[in-house]
Amino acid sequence: MKENILIIGGGAAGMEAATQLQKMGLTPIIVEKSENLGGHIAQWDRLFPAFHPAKDVVDQMLSQVKDIKTYLNTEVADIQKDNDGFHAVLSNNEKIDAKAVILATGFDIFKAERKQEYGYGIYNNVMTSVELEKFFRTGKDERINNPKKIGFVHCVGARDVKVCNTYCSKVCCTTALKQACEIKEVFPDAEVYTFYMDLRMFGPGYEDLYLKTQKDFDVKCVRGRVCEVSENMDGKLVIKAEDTLFGKPLKMTLDVLILMCAMEKNKSIDTIQQKLGIADNSDGFMQNKDMYLGMNGTAQDGVFVAGACTAPKSLPDTIGEARSVATQVFNYINNK
Amino acid sequence: MDFGFCLSPSSHVKMDDIDLTTFNRLKDANPDINTCIACGSCTATCTAGNFTEMSFRRILLMLQRGKEEEAKKMIQRCMLCGKCTLVCPRGINIRKILLDITR
Ligand SMILES: Cc1cc2nc3c(=O)[nH]c(=O)nc-3n(C[C@H](O)[C@H](O)[C@H](O)COP(=O)(O)OP(=O)(O)OC[C@H]3O[C@@H](n4cnc5c(N)ncnc54)[C@H](O)[C@@H]3O)c2cc1C
Ligand code: SF4
Ligand code: SF4
Ligand code: SF4
Repeated sequence: MKENILIIGGGAAGMEAATQLQKMGLTPIIVEKSENLGGHIAQWDRLFPAFHPAKDVVDQMLSQVKDIKTYLNTEVADIQKDNDGFHAVLSNNEKIDAKAVILATGFDIFKAERKQEYGYGIYNNVMTSVELEKFFRTGKDERINNPKKIGFVHCVGARDVKVCNTYCSKVCCTTALKQACEIKEVFPDAEVYTFYMDLRMFGPGYEDLYLKTQKDFDVKCVRGRVCEVSENMDGKLVIKAEDTLFGKPLKMTLDVLILMCAMEKNKSIDTIQQKLGIADNSDGFMQNKDMYLGMNGTAQDGVFVAGACTAPKSLPDTIGEARSVATQVFNYINNK
Repeated sequence: MDFGFCLSPSSHVKMDDIDLTTFNRLKDANPDINTCIACGSCTATCTAGNFTEMSFRRILLMLQRGKEEEAKKMIQRCMLCGKCTLVCPRGINIRKILLDITR
């Protein structure tokens, strides 16, 4: 029994779903718009909570999909559904027929410029968590010049009505503390501050990471949202926040400020998503059937979702969903 | 000359100007003070806190925000009963730290 399953997006979710479907005897086909598979985790250096090299995980996943038909630098240009299933036209004009479709298009990073008060794109030494991850991978970033004081701002573009993102982006608290430890490893004499509203260390080993941050790395966590950033004559950053546990406003000069940018829905799939009749939820991510038992289903029979396209998710969340979507698709194909 | 008004001092905690010598000395002797999660258990259970403003959680913060004198004043309320040490979820040896601060 060979049945085509079209998987749009070749990140962690798409690759893992493809791997499982192949093991089940179905024929997954991955359509990835960028020039390589891996998605966002291919951009990270080490993963929380265990500081495991992201490359290890990506390489392992790549080795599992090496025999799976994959289109790179390709998007789905059009898609129709009839009684035989789905008929897609790719951006390279090839046509694919499939019995089911999995949307695994993941997320985009909140554009830090939108929170103007943090000065990203205006002041040199304000950077994002994604750029810091790149620094850890390459060891190079002009803005990081033996810094003495480094600050992290949580919830940038999340939990914020002003940017229309009221949700919590879930992984940025843990990422902030992971990166705080890592920057201390590179610059042991630097003072590192994180400015948080709540520390959401939700997974196994994450709270231990918090303890490690405090105990082994002397990172100072200040409860309060940074409200404004300015630059002084020396090009250093002056930030203001309230220390809400102390009950007083606080002012501090920093060499580098890192913005923990939220995950947002990847909108490049919107046209295809609309053609398939799938709406967005109130957070702007893809609407799945329901949050409990129908997390992989959608309003359209035969169209499934997995990974960070429906909400901010960690890698283990994503892998779990990718495996469950494979089961759902298998049952759908076999009318179970 | 008295014009009948004056400038209010800034209420900002100026982190750049804070002298952390005492706190750092305390931290070297008691590394566990870094692990406070500001849960407030110590303050809630405090025998002295029932009648005064005594709060170990705040004392730790005061030392980190340059309010050493205030911290030392607050500590005078402590009766060294040790209840705070019993309830701290991070296992911080609070009673010993209180003694160390006044030493
Ligand atoms: C700064 C940061 C650090 C993180 N660190 C960790 C960590 O340490 N540990 C952890 O567990 N999690 C971490 N995460 C979360 C992790 O990155 C996500 O869980 C994971 O990337 C989600 O995988 P995904 O496949 O759903 O989405 P993505 O990784 O976004 O992959 C989606 C893929 O789909 C492709 N695509 C998108 N649109 C189209 C289209 N229209 N057509 C074709 N292809 C398309 C994309 O190019 C991409 O390859 C971190 C997140 C952030 C923001
Ligand atoms: S995970 Fe933390 S930093 Fe990210 S949005 Fe939620 S509370 Fe804010
Ligand atoms: S030892 Fe002092 S601070 Fe602790 S509970 Fe007793 S009175 Fe309060
Ligand atoms: S009980 Fe312990 S962790 Fe909680 S506020 Fe007091 S010192 Fe901190």
